[in-house]
Amino acid sequence: MVRPLVIRGGWLIDPLHRQSALRDLVLRDGRVADVLEKAPAIENARVVDASGRWVLPGLIDLHVHLREPGDESKETILSGSRAAVAGGFTAVVAMPNTRPVNDNALVTRYVQERAREVGLCQVFVAGAISKGLKGEEMAEMGELAAAGCKCLTDDGLPVMNAGLLRRALLYSRAFDLPLMLHEEDLNLSARGAMTEGPRATRLGLMPIPASAEVSMIARDLVIAEETQACVHLAHLSCEASVRLVREAKRRGVNVTAEATPHHFTLTDSALEGYNTHAKMSPPLRHPEDVRAIREALADGTIDAIATDHAPHGALDKEVEFELAANGVIGLETALGLTLELVQQGVLSKERAVELLTSGPARAFKLPGGHLGPGAPANVVLVDPKAKWTVNAAEFQSKSRNTPFQGRALVGRVAQTIVAGRVVFDGGKLVEKAE
Amino acid sequence: MSASRSTRNSHLLGVEGIERSFIEALFELAREHKRAVAAAAPRTPLAGRVVANLFFEDSTRTRTSFEIAAKTMGAEVLNWTVTGSSVSKGESLLDTARNVDAIGPAAIVIRHGSSGAAHLVSRYVRCSVINAGDGAHEHPSQALLDAFTLQERFGTLEGKRVLIAGDILHSRVARSNIHCLRLLGAEVLVSGPPMLIPKGIETLGCQVATSFRSAVELADAVMMLRIQVERQAEFPSAREYASHWGLSAALAQQMKEGAVVLHPGPVNRGVELSAEVADGVRSSILEQVANGVAIRMAILETFAW
Repeated sequence: MVRPLVIRGGWLIDPLHRQSALRDLVLRDGRVADVLEKAPAIENARVVDASGRWVLPGLIDLHVHLREPGDESKETILSGSRAAVAGGFTAVVAMPNTRPVNDNALVTRYVQERAREVGLCQVFVAGAISKGLKGEEMAEMGELAAAGCKCLTDDGLPVMNAGLLRRALLYSRAFDLPLMLHEEDLNLSARGAMTEGPRATRLGLMPIPASAEVSMIARDLVIAEETQACVHLAHLSCEASVRLVREAKRRGVNVTAEATPHHFTLTDSALEGYNTHAKMSPPLRHPEDVRAIREALADGTIDAIATDHAPHGALDKEVEFELAANGVIGLETALGLTLELVQQGVLSKERAVELLTSGPARAFKLPGGHLGPGAPANVVLVDPKAKWTVNAAEFQSKSRNTPFQGRALVGRVAQTIVAGRVVFDGGKLVEKAE
Repeated sequence: MSASRSTRNSHLLGVEGIERSFIEALFELAREHKRAVAAAAPRTPLAGRVVANLFFEDSTRTRTSFEIAAKTMGAEVLNWTVTGSSVSKGESLLDTARNVDAIGPAAIVIRHGSSGAAHLVSRYVRCSVINAGDGAHEHPSQALLDAFTLQERFGTLEGKRVLIAGDILHSRVARSNIHCLRLLGAEVLVSGPPMLIPKGIETLGCQVATSFRSAVELADAVMMLRIQVERQAEFPSAREYASHWGLSAALAQQMKEGAVVLHPGPVNRGVELSAEVADGVRSSILEQVANGVAIRMAILETFAW
């Protein structure tokens, strides 16, 4: 039995309940018991002094590649869970592009089972839209839904066949599952290695035009409106994408969207010197795109910050740029990079927290993301003044592919609490025995 | 490794970022080598050194040019040709490069189909890296020999107008030439089918000519790029390409007096360049080839340490 936990004297931010104040938080039996101005002494309780800390709902990442099963040299459910809690995430959604693909209940249950054995953060599972991610036939959505999948996606790949997507969207309504879409017209991005523009021209890398993303978003918003299904757009990267989503939301289309820290922080200048750690899909774009993404985070057009945590080894990255794998890791830098937006005045701290908690929870109808009584006792304590420098060698993740190596950040996780148990404390994982 | 190595500019990865005075010094060295070779008394500053040609793409022209340049200066030449993709052979580019480096050459001359390949290799080897063409990025020795050839013809590039025509998108020759010609004071125009003109090319310091024909008439030099016939999916046909962006004898007649035609080779006769023009009085193509050896001697003498 986990002892009750009283978190005293911290600045509690619970965007769902519009709370941002000095509060004590009482956790009991794996749930939030009380939020009080001053908690009384509780027998047998552990007390955590949170003065000077922010007390937040555990962060939720809608978009994580845990690589297990299939690519355990890059990441496992264990190492990915460790990276998550080190970064303040108490829940992640595992993408289905594993080997084998998670397009059936057997793989879904395997991931859930491994996550339970690991017992660090919650791992929600995303199933595939199409069998084998081939974009040809629908996966058995009913089976995936029954097994507990929280969304379906072919992430990593778009659903190129609009007819298939339309059918899948209609069918998804029977199971109340959102479809997460990676928007990329492969005929437009064909052989491209970076975003189109002067830098791609100078570096001689084949360009990926914005239209590769934007035209697919336009197409899919039309289909979403027509089918009234629930669509979640992964990793928006372009100004025009943001405009389309904003307009669709105004019309009442059932759409949510996410943006990654790398797309709201970096431009294609990060690729100078053919830096493969800055190669990802969608590619890093231009300053005006970054500005638009930031505005959309602030004004509610974008609902969630998600990392698209995509671990890769040196073998995949220390190669010719055009052969290098797409993707960067993000779990252990997302909070610090989000706080940069707060420090720069782009987001209020409450909005920043919302984008990492109740925003993503709402998009996929996940439990948690808030600190109301009865909520899961998933909490993160943040030292908002802690200065640190990104050093991938110290990451919990198995992989090191970050474009943020050496970046100075302000604001770091002090403690992560999952189901009432401290799992990460002062930069270290806490072993299970308490 | 010689002690002075760390103080030298040890890699030639591109023309971008190098100084005009450096190019002028290279040209001086090239002229010197050219005279010495003509007098049958070449200098042999590379005696006892090894130059490794590491070619991942077929390029008889560039490879032999570097080879002759190296041998004339007394170097041993190691030709390491990887046909087909290195990946399919299971050895990565870096493994191959590090193996060649371990043999102990003074320089690796590398040709590779991927932009940035020479940059990548330069970060992992001890010897100098000379980029002999990386993807669509740069081909510095080609641009230097082109500028050298034009300077020989005109005396100076200052104020001269050079048109580069064809598939700019995929061309490393175009990029290196834009950098090099601008640095030496020339005005650069580019022209080609719109989908083969990459976005933002003018930020490199050139202008995009909307009409190929009028640009030909205005230019002091016209550099015709080889069109990859295997890339035909990107334009309707070689025939149509020739009629709109090819330099025919009739169009060449409209060129300015004294204007010259360049081509990095190999020429698709009848596609980008008609046979008459390729062999005509304006053609500097064979001078380019001859000057290529002198320029590469200057490059190797400067970098192969």
